[in-house]
Amino acid sequence: MPITYYIVLSIVLFCIGVVGVLTRRNAIIIFMCIELMLNAVNLLLVAFSKMHNGKAIVSNPTSTVGIDGQLFVFFIMVVAAAEVCVGLSIIVMMYRNTHSVDVNFLNRLKN
Amino acid sequence: MSTTEILFWFLSALALVSATMVLISKNPVHSILWLIIVFFAISGHYILLNAQFLAIVNLIVYAGAIMVLFLFVVMLMNLNSDSEPQKNNRFKIAGAISGGCLMLIMIDVIRDAGEVQNAKALVKEGNIGLIKNLGMVLFKDYVIPFEISSVLFLAAMVGAVVIGKRN
Repeated sequence: MPITYYIVLSIVLFCIGVVGVLTRRNAIIIFMCIELMLNAVNLLLVAFSKMHNGKAIVSNPTSTVGIDGQLFVFFIMVVAAAEVCVGLSIIVMMYRNTHSVDVNFLNRLKN
Repeated sequence: MSTTEILFWFLSALALVSATMVLISKNPVHSILWLIIVFFAISGHYILLNAQFLAIVNLIVYAGAIMVLFLFVVMLMNLNSDSEPQKNNRFKIAGAISGGCLMLIMIDVIRDAGEVQNAKALVKEGNIGLIKNLGMVLFKDYVIPFEISSVLFLAAMVGAVVIGKRN
């Protein structure tokens, strides 16, 4: 499968996430769009890892070139899980104080 | 058109449509359910690329744990569609246009990039995605980051408890 297909797919998924962050005001949906962007990047990392591996195993069938990309995806998932855990507790605390998850209520730090 | 190509296009269309529905849905619970479908489609892509370990981890961690956490939080808050105040329409259009511009620019950049022109991702074969090979590298070359990530988890756990505590 040509790598450009995967790149375009990841770019479109990432930009859907960007549009979501820009247009929605619900803090939970914004958070989900960040997860979407992380997943677009993960997909691209796996595709690139397979691209480099595909070049390398022509000469050496047992080569593990490109395996680092998949490990990075693993670590991104670890960091994303920790991030969701803290982020959701922040959102819950914000809901407890303001009874809303609208991010526009958070502008009182401005003054 | 081979089976692989059909699967690729089907999973891509599924991911894109569901990702768009995440944005469009008014009800946050529906958004979460659509996002779970996106994660399933991406896991399908991983299986297609023969990254079996990541496919399973993606399903367990993302579609399982993280999305259940989201669902719990949304249902605890008892949000419904009319609790979200309507944003000014101009802001929505501006956000969509700027996101679309970003997409067009990035796609145009990779159209002219020389390195990826004739490159292909290895589909359905190759064994670097198997648990054995990943485990060998994870516990040999990446053992320090692996241990540090456990400290990160501990910090996140303590942080979530401290932040969420009612004072």
